[in-house]
Amino acid sequence: MNETSEFNVDVPLLGALLLLCAGSLAILYSAGGEDLGLLGRQSVRIGAALAVMLVLAQIAPASLARWSPYVFGAGLVLLLLVLGIGIVGKGAQRWLDLGILRFQPAEIMKLAVPMMVAWILTRTPLPPRIRDLAVAMAVVLVPVALVVLQPDLGTAVLIGVSGVLVIFLAGLRWRYILSVVLLVAATTPVLWSMLHDYQRRRIVTLFDPWADPLGAGYHTIQSIIAVGSGGTYGKGWLNGSQSQLEFIPERSTDFIYAVFAEEFGLIGGLTLVALYMFIIARSLMISFYARDTYSRLLSGSLALTFFFYLFVNIGMVAGILPVVGVPLPLVSYGGTSMVTLMAGFGILMSIQSHRPLMQ
Amino acid sequence: MAELAIRDYLRETSIIQSRLITALVVVVIGTLALVARLAYLQVVNHSHYATLSLNNRIHLIPLPPVRGTVYDRNGVVLAQNFPVYNLEVTPDQVEVMAQTVDELAQLIRVGDDDLAAFERKLEQRPGFEPQVLRYNLADDEAARFSINQYRFPGVRLQARLQRYYPYRALTSHVVGYVGRISEADLGRIDRTSYRGTDYIGKLGLEAHYERTLLGKVGFEQVETNAHGRVVRQLSRTPPVAGKNLHLSLDIRLQHAATEALGEYRGAVVAIEPATGGILAFVSNPSYDPNLFVNGIDAAAYGELRNSTDRPLLNRALNGRYAPGSTIKPIMGLVQLGEDENLGEVFCPGWYKLPNRSRPYRDWKRGGHGKVGLTEAIEQSCDVYFYRLARALGIERMHAKLTEFGLGNATGVDLDGEPDGLIPSPAWKSAARGEPWYPGETIIAGIGQGYMLVTPLQLAAVTATVANRGHRITPRLLASLQSPRALIEPLAADDQGQLEANTPADYQRIIENMVGVVHGKRGTARAIGKTARYTIAGKTGTAQVIGLAPGQKYDAESIPEKFRDHALFIAFAPAEDPKIAVAVIAENGGGGSRTAAPIARQVLDYYLLGRHFDMDDAMADEPPPGNTGLRVPTRPVIPGWL
Repeated sequence: MNETSEFNVDVPLLGALLLLCAGSLAILYSAGGEDLGLLGRQSVRIGAALAVMLVLAQIAPASLARWSPYVFGAGLVLLLLVLGIGIVGKGAQRWLDLGILRFQPAEIMKLAVPMMVAWILTRTPLPPRIRDLAVAMAVVLVPVALVVLQPDLGTAVLIGVSGVLVIFLAGLRWRYILSVVLLVAATTPVLWSMLHDYQRRRIVTLFDPWADPLGAGYHTIQSIIAVGSGGTYGKGWLNGSQSQLEFIPERSTDFIYAVFAEEFGLIGGLTLVALYMFIIARSLMISFYARDTYSRLLSGSLALTFFFYLFVNIGMVAGILPVVGVPLPLVSYGGTSMVTLMAGFGILMSIQSHRPLMQ
Repeated sequence: MAELAIRDYLRETSIIQSRLITALVVVVIGTLALVARLAYLQVVNHSHYATLSLNNRIHLIPLPPVRGTVYDRNGVVLAQNFPVYNLEVTPDQVEVMAQTVDELAQLIRVGDDDLAAFERKLEQRPGFEPQVLRYNLADDEAARFSINQYRFPGVRLQARLQRYYPYRALTSHVVGYVGRISEADLGRIDRTSYRGTDYIGKLGLEAHYERTLLGKVGFEQVETNAHGRVVRQLSRTPPVAGKNLHLSLDIRLQHAATEALGEYRGAVVAIEPATGGILAFVSNPSYDPNLFVNGIDAAAYGELRNSTDRPLLNRALNGRYAPGSTIKPIMGLVQLGEDENLGEVFCPGWYKLPNRSRPYRDWKRGGHGKVGLTEAIEQSCDVYFYRLARALGIERMHAKLTEFGLGNATGVDLDGEPDGLIPSPAWKSAARGEPWYPGETIIAGIGQGYMLVTPLQLAAVTATVANRGHRITPRLLASLQSPRALIEPLAADDQGQLEANTPADYQRIIENMVGVVHGKRGTARAIGKTARYTIAGKTGTAQVIGLAPGQKYDAESIPEKFRDHALFIAFAPAEDPKIAVAVIAENGGGGSRTAAPIARQVLDYYLLGRHFDMDDAMADEPPPGNTGLRVPTRPVIPGWL
């Protein structure tokens, strides 16, 4: 479509993203206690993230494919570095402080892992053979393990999912998928023993949050009450008692959807979900009609990871998934995931505008 | 090969596309599951959760800490907290607001101002947030409401602590005041620490020691019923009260110094030389700090702000004045330290730079005749110090005077202390882009020209001379007291002994300063005659306007605002100094006539203990805008030590 245009941008996607960001600022104003400073900082982040997106949209997918191993390698080095600093500092360490710039190397991996897996799997014809699968799995599991050690379970899950989705899209045979599911079921007790206490408590209380209403179940109960009491039409902007009286914990970050659902009701909440569905559908379409296999795998993984984000966050707020610390994409307060997500959409836009003119 | 590649491409495309379709199905199913769950919560079970939300009465109630009390050196309370009752209304729990307010107005006084402020908040804030309808209920009002409380669901009495300064204008430039937390304050404080706290230190010690005075907020987790009343306490983290400040300030001396200053605009700072403890810190005129606690009204503030006497200016801390002749004892120390021997100087009443025609006049028209350093200090001979300045040169003067702490902030425990100014060619070139002229060195010798000091800096350097070169940072805080703990005295901030002068130098200069007060020809001999102890002092007069050569200074013929400032520094007893004082009376005319008698009264009060009736200094009425506040019990002033 935009082959002749000098500036590559997908207008429907951009429009939907801008609408989402505007909605984000409106709900943050309420969730953040009407703090204009917080709104200002988020606006700056949105601006920076959009800039990153527009820059990436100009880079041809072929270049991205070539850079995949280097980006992945660099991300791996930074992850090891941050882990080393954490060991020295005797505490959880996620940030790398470059003086003027502070960022989480784990965020790079959200893009680097699917890029790397797609790069490995497209060197030989699809469907992938066992050897390629083994390499691809290693590429997924090593960074995931490093991020789990930070410890940042939410991000580790997102990185793992983005890599596994590439393998799935590449045509991983169903019998392999089935055997992995069985394997996971078998190793669950082992994983369970590796989890931190607070993570275990979150999972246990998922099944019965009312067992510990003031402890581990508190987040989920207050969140469910907020959503449920919002009803069909909501209590109105700035009028959610659950939100404004600070019953909802982390109301401007992970639980912002509870604020939205309380103040705007089911109608508002479904409108927001519809906007997300438009973005996901558009992204899947870009993947469906992409020019080459690498582009198709990468864009498909990015689109589906975005859905995974949404599903895990709203599932958590609505009390059907555990509290793992995954933000509502592009709406929660915070900068790093915003930049990574927008970078992903930049890649999608680039893939969209580098489509062949004819099939 | 090409054909193979194309076939692969098509196959790969179909693999991925079929997988994408599978994924799309999963996405749709997942989304439908979410939508179903949300609809279940928000539509099917809405009334259940709406009830839970309404009954959601597990509150985290902040327990604000009690702000530390401020005491003077004798344990007299200078800043304290008073319980007041506010009437709060939670709009959501009130059925008909107008009717409720009407009925409340029959029980308690509700002014138009109160009502307007209340209605404004009703519009701006959500309905579940309680709003204050009336501040500071009188005891009888609180009692009447309590009896009738059952008639008013959603209305409650809230006990609060309010800051009060019993000595009003006497302490405003020292203790400062707290005020309601403003938007600007919110930006720089940790909001959690201020949960439940309405006030923050804005000025003076209240601002400087904010973190010490504040204490630590506690929390109580409670379950409340539908009317917001607590039915059960679930957990409690008690607050930690702020620390009490015990000052070195003596409120009686503060009062005496204020009385001594009388109608003059100006400042008096008194320091205990051995500790650096500030005994009195007066800036005149002053204002009532209690006006600012709940927000001063615009008219009253405008009056303070626009007054030509500038009561809001803290002259003791921020006023910068030319030191005039009070610099001469320090210049004498510089001379002795530098071994600059002028010998006897003949003073004809004027001095001229070589080959220049402009005369620099002495204050005494006929001149002092032959004078040495002793006579020059006692009689305040300007010509001697013109020549000394010429001999030392401005660079050396700058370096040596700075060693005494002049030109720099003292580091007192108050915010916003400015530096003084000891000029130098480097400063002039940087600040004004002009070269230094030799004549400017001459007038710097008598503390005129660019040289500036604050009253506090002048008192600090006087204390240093009294200590014979031992510098101690002046400080208001003497000790801290944690809640239910002993008083912890603070060590003095000792800057060490100045090396430039020998004890003999100090002995000589102090003897000369004694001569100023007790000598036959001393400029302050008027206050020395009747003194029952030895005073070392120095008069000073700082020009406000320059006089044209040949023009005569006539205090009567020029407007009061342009009259000279009167200065006096002193310490006593000279042989064992207990108090050092600096006095500046703006437009007071001469130092010996105006400032010295003020200093004498301050010294007399401190050393001889003339009693003032402190009741005069304390407010008779309760705090402004408050009908029901119990008047504080008058502090019992302990007998003289």
